[in-house]
Amino acid sequence: MNEKIKKNSFLTNQIQVSLKINAKNRSLTLDSRTSLLDALREHLELNGTKKGCDHGQCGACTVIMNGKRQLSCLTLAATCEGANVLTIEGLAKKDKMHPMQGAFVKHDGFQCGYCTPGQICSAVALLQEAKDGDASYVTADVRNISKELKLSEEEIRERLSGNICRCGAYNNIVQAFKEVHSADDEMPTWKFATKMQMKSAKRK
Amino acid sequence: MRPFTYTGTTNRNEALKAFTTTSHYLSGGTNLVDLMKEHVEQPDQLIHVKNLQYNGISKNKDGSYTIGAMRSNADTANHKDIRLYYPLLSMAMLSAATAQIRNMATNGGNLLQRTRCPYFFETSMPCNKREPESGCGALNGVNDQHAIFGYSDNCIATHPSDMCVALAAIGATVEVQKVDGGSRKIDLEDFHRLPGDKPEKDSNLEPGELITHIHLAKPELSNHYAYVKIRERSSYAFALVSVAAGFQIEDEKISKIGLAMGGVAHKPWKLIEAEEFLLGKKPIESNFGKAAELAMKDAKPFEGNRYKVPMGKNAIVRALMQANNIGE
Ligand SMILES: Cc1cc2nc3c(=O)[nH]c(=O)nc-3n(C[C@H](O)[C@H](O)[C@H](O)COP(=O)(O)OP(=O)(O)OC[C@H]3O[C@@H](n4cnc5c(N)ncnc54)[C@H](O)[C@@H]3O)c2cc1C
Ligand code: SF4
Ligand code: FES
Ligand code: FES
Repeated sequence: MNEKIKKNSFLTNQIQVSLKINAKNRSLTLDSRTSLLDALREHLELNGTKKGCDHGQCGACTVIMNGKRQLSCLTLAATCEGANVLTIEGLAKKDKMHPMQGAFVKHDGFQCGYCTPGQICSAVALLQEAKDGDASYVTADVRNISKELKLSEEEIRERLSGNICRCGAYNNIVQAFKEVHSADDEMPTWKFATKMQMKSAKRK
Repeated sequence: MRPFTYTGTTNRNEALKAFTTTSHYLSGGTNLVDLMKEHVEQPDQLIHVKNLQYNGISKNKDGSYTIGAMRSNADTANHKDIRLYYPLLSMAMLSAATAQIRNMATNGGNLLQRTRCPYFFETSMPCNKREPESGCGALNGVNDQHAIFGYSDNCIATHPSDMCVALAAIGATVEVQKVDGGSRKIDLEDFHRLPGDKPEKDSNLEPGELITHIHLAKPELSNHYAYVKIRERSSYAFALVSVAAGFQIEDEKISKIGLAMGGVAHKPWKLIEAEEFLLGKKPIESNFGKAAELAMKDAKPFEGNRYKVPMGKNAIVRALMQANNIGE
């Protein structure tokens, strides 16, 4: 710890951490107990990342750290010195949603939306894992190694199992993932109303 | 969570020097941080060791491999050579927790993860492991998740790791750095303990010893392998019962074999009698069934976990069948 900070600390367990969040450098002075999740939500006003269980059991707090999806609730902020963190707030490019965000909207990949930021961060990281050829528990034989995997529905469900959705939007989440992953954009049987249909509905 | 001071370092000697008996090393944090939030663990110092330079995977002269203690479970399971030569280890590691947790969890931390016994987590309940001499809540309580082998009246908990079950089947040695500077190697079989009269001690590590490497035995079980994990839901759950099976076939007979079970004891449970029975036998279902009977014959279940005996037998047969048929 920096000597100057130590001298001026109010707390004996105070820590200082500098990290990059959504491409911005941030420096924080925190109680050593602060999780990355609380640092984001309570100290940086980045409350897109959600706290579901705070114990690693739901995935709502998923962020992408140095390219890998991780749980921010079990990550102490103190361990993040120099880290590069991407949260749901950092996925869109100005007004343009990340393709995964667009696909979640199109396929209705949520109901209450609480698990959604974690689901989307998790899904975005999975795109890269599939490109890298990572295996999963349901991979038929881990000895067969190749890149640019095209994941089956069973593979997608296993690999996204770290994000629980109490609303049970899983079918639509898988569909949204498929669209971005393999350009399988087959829509469910219902359709959004067209502009014309909306207009005529209003007139009545 | 109780306040603690935080020591971050990339230097091994600094980490060892900072150690005091009330400190904990912190690696991925997936187990320790959780237990600190529950007030089960209350260290007054955390020494972050994940950034120490023990994250390699290397091949040794005799063809065996050494994996770094600070490497993540995800990166270990997905390493090309681990997938090719230790597919059983890879598969077992991939069955654990979730992608997010495997990215954080390290091999050293995985060895030392603590039991998931619900009484251990609930500080208002008696638990000899958490608080010596307070009694065991599970012994006459809710014990459906608990051990059927090797327990004592003091503790009937199980070791929750999947990775360790595969390591037990394959054979491994744990290398640790001592506080005074020297190092020593501990055979995996002697690393974890049975509860006996000291259930508070999960392993035979001395205070302050830092795990640096896991040395894997030569890759001799990579032709036929399977990790079967039975759980309450199909993913993101600990094993009720699991089986790691790896073997080689020569002249239509089993020439080498490693078999171990998870979810049944305070440590990964080697199935030595079943291994010995199957050596030299044909890999057929009737032999697998006999091996499973042998493996489970000394099981002593409790009120809540009788189901583990038939489930265990079936899981052994299924793992051996799956291993036999892999790649076909
Ligand atoms: C919701 C959930 C589900 C899970 N499901 C599974 C599952 O299905 N199967 C499974 O196997 N596991 C499961 N896990 C457990 C997970 O695998 C472990 O928590 C993880 O492997 C621990 O590694 P870590 O690096 O995070 O350890 P930490 O939490 O950092 O440390 C754990 C312990 O090890 C000590 N330690 C760590 N590294 C060292 C070292 N190098 N030398 C000496 N001591 C050290 C620490 O002091 C601490 O006591 C699950 C965890 C969660 C939260
Ligand atoms: S089984 Fe072990 S961990 Fe569980 S309550 Fe008894 S002593 Fe504690
Ligand atoms: S809030 Fe982190 S996993 Fe639930
Ligand atoms: S949308 Fe409500 S929890 Fe997933």
